[in-house]
Amino acid sequence: MALADHLIFLPVLLPLLAGIVLLLPPFHDNLERQRPFVMAVNLALLLVAALLLGKALQAPSVYLLGNWQPPFGILLVADQLASLMLVLTAILAMTTHWYASAGDDGRGPFFQPLFMFQVMGINGAFLTADAFNLFVFFEVLLIASYALLIHGGGKHRTQAAVHYVLLNLIGSAFFLIGLGILYASFGTLNLPDMAEKASQLSPDNVILAKAGGLLLLLVFGLKSAMLPLHFWLVRTYSMTSAPVAALFAIMTKVGIYSIWRVHTAVFGDQAGALSGLASDWLWVLGILTIAVGAIAALASQTLKTLTANLVVVSAGTLLISIAIGTPEAMGAAIYYLLHSTLMTAALFLLAGMIQEQRGQAQDRFVRAKPLPQAVPLGIAFFVVAMAVVGMPPLSGFLGKVWLLQASADSVHVAWVWSAILLSGLVALVVFSRAGTSIFWRVQGQAGAEIKAHNLQWLALSSLLMLAVLMVVFAGPITELSNSAAEELFNGLTLSQVVEVQP
Amino acid sequence: METVYAICVGVLTTGGVYLVMRSHTFSVVLGLTLLSYAVNLFLFASGRLVVNQPAILGQSANPADPLPQALVLTAIVIGFAMTAFALILALRARSDLGNDQVDGRVRDDVLNKRKKSQGE
Repeated sequence: MALADHLIFLPVLLPLLAGIVLLLPPFHDNLERQRPFVMAVNLALLLVAALLLGKALQAPSVYLLGNWQPPFGILLVADQLASLMLVLTAILAMTTHWYASAGDDGRGPFFQPLFMFQVMGINGAFLTADAFNLFVFFEVLLIASYALLIHGGGKHRTQAAVHYVLLNLIGSAFFLIGLGILYASFGTLNLPDMAEKASQLSPDNVILAKAGGLLLLLVFGLKSAMLPLHFWLVRTYSMTSAPVAALFAIMTKVGIYSIWRVHTAVFGDQAGALSGLASDWLWVLGILTIAVGAIAALASQTLKTLTANLVVVSAGTLLISIAIGTPEAMGAAIYYLLHSTLMTAALFLLAGMIQEQRGQAQDRFVRAKPLPQAVPLGIAFFVVAMAVVGMPPLSGFLGKVWLLQASADSVHVAWVWSAILLSGLVALVVFSRAGTSIFWRVQGQAGAEIKAHNLQWLALSSLLMLAVLMVVFAGPITELSNSAAEELFNGLTLSQVVEVQP
Repeated sequence: METVYAICVGVLTTGGVYLVMRSHTFSVVLGLTLLSYAVNLFLFASGRLVVNQPAILGQSANPADPLPQALVLTAIVIGFAMTAFALILALRARSDLGNDQVDGRVRDDVLNKRKKSQGE
């Protein structure tokens, strides 16, 4: 096995080792040393992810942990979708880490190592092709997120963390029960192997497998803020510090990604009696999620709550695309996912900067002193708002139009179009209100000269640049997301895995 | 044996679900522990129950399935760590919020009742 074949494991291994090194001298108590170290690791992760994506365009790379023969051992697969998500994670981690390095990381101990463990869990969840290993990486990313969530302390964060942690622990119990049922009916937890066996299950096992699959949908729905399970999200995301909330922008997408991996790939069209297991539910739940998220966005009193509610709306939009269940819809969803992750992160970072400059008023929509840096922050706010609402010429417009186009042939087209378009209108209304009250409803003189740190500007402006770049390079990106969707729908079977494996 | 086993899992789950829905953090943590016991037993049964057989191929006609055993081991370790974390968080919430409620505040009707009984 050539050394380059081990590349696929680096997105998990690098942050793990980096996290451990950060806990040891000479790094453990020196933020000045930790920051450049983590920046270098993030850069390396981006490089590795880009290399993997390059490789995945030719053929998916497959890695057998411990060289156990599939389906018995754990399998890592870096196909186009997984590598694309790795690139997205690396970009998001890099920018949010820049922002955090401007001072937020010093508000409590262990921010930097926890950040690395968080990235490790997310990367692992994207790479693994084994359902139980997916559970393990979920736990890794969750336990890091529990600690990051309360980073900086405070009453409200502790309270949000209690809900978040308890809900996710119950979710983990359901996840395990679902996995147990699936193992009992399939006899394997290897996802490509399950996809192959799905059509050959005996009739009495089919019912079991359905129960297991729906239990997993419940768990992934909890992670991705599907309607009745989204109540934790708004409080959690709006209470935590800005860089952590921005990094969490990818966490709901981990849930969506898992639904793709399990419900689109395993319970897909090839699955016989099991096919389309989730889509009947996802139609209704997706549309209702958008509706509830949009109504809650209208009622939001702070910029962070508003952003968190828009996360719920975007989760609903993605759920609908899964329900449509065609490769075109999924291609559109991948593009929309990239856009919404980056823009949510930008909005959270922006909210953090506004909060710092407004003193007592924080990010609430109330009359307050003018912002010291109102003009650059205002421009940034305008750009992000345009992108999130879905106005041309930014990335949100393309994502939404493509999604609408992909849903044109589906039976529920009227519902889908009205939900997506109305949620865009709601976003327009709430952003106008937010912008007016933060930037224009001012009284008195600007307070002391609080200037945002250069690293904060760097983080925010690179995220905004990406919204523009996603339009400039829309051609190649849409091509890539289409072929990633095609690849997922065609499905990687176990026999192919063994072939690919040198 | 299957019946007894199923009843055990069911009772543990029932107790766990009941406790998880209580309003005190300590009961919820206990409930999570019960749930994780139930889950571990359940996972173990997912490879079918076999008595007195080795988990190695070729040594008997009907070997026990080794994979659920490995899964249970992983689940136990993770469940243990998560319970420890939840307990510490519950303690932290007790000191930060001044009460042991999951919602961080005592319900108004409970508070009123408490005040009334103190007044008497």
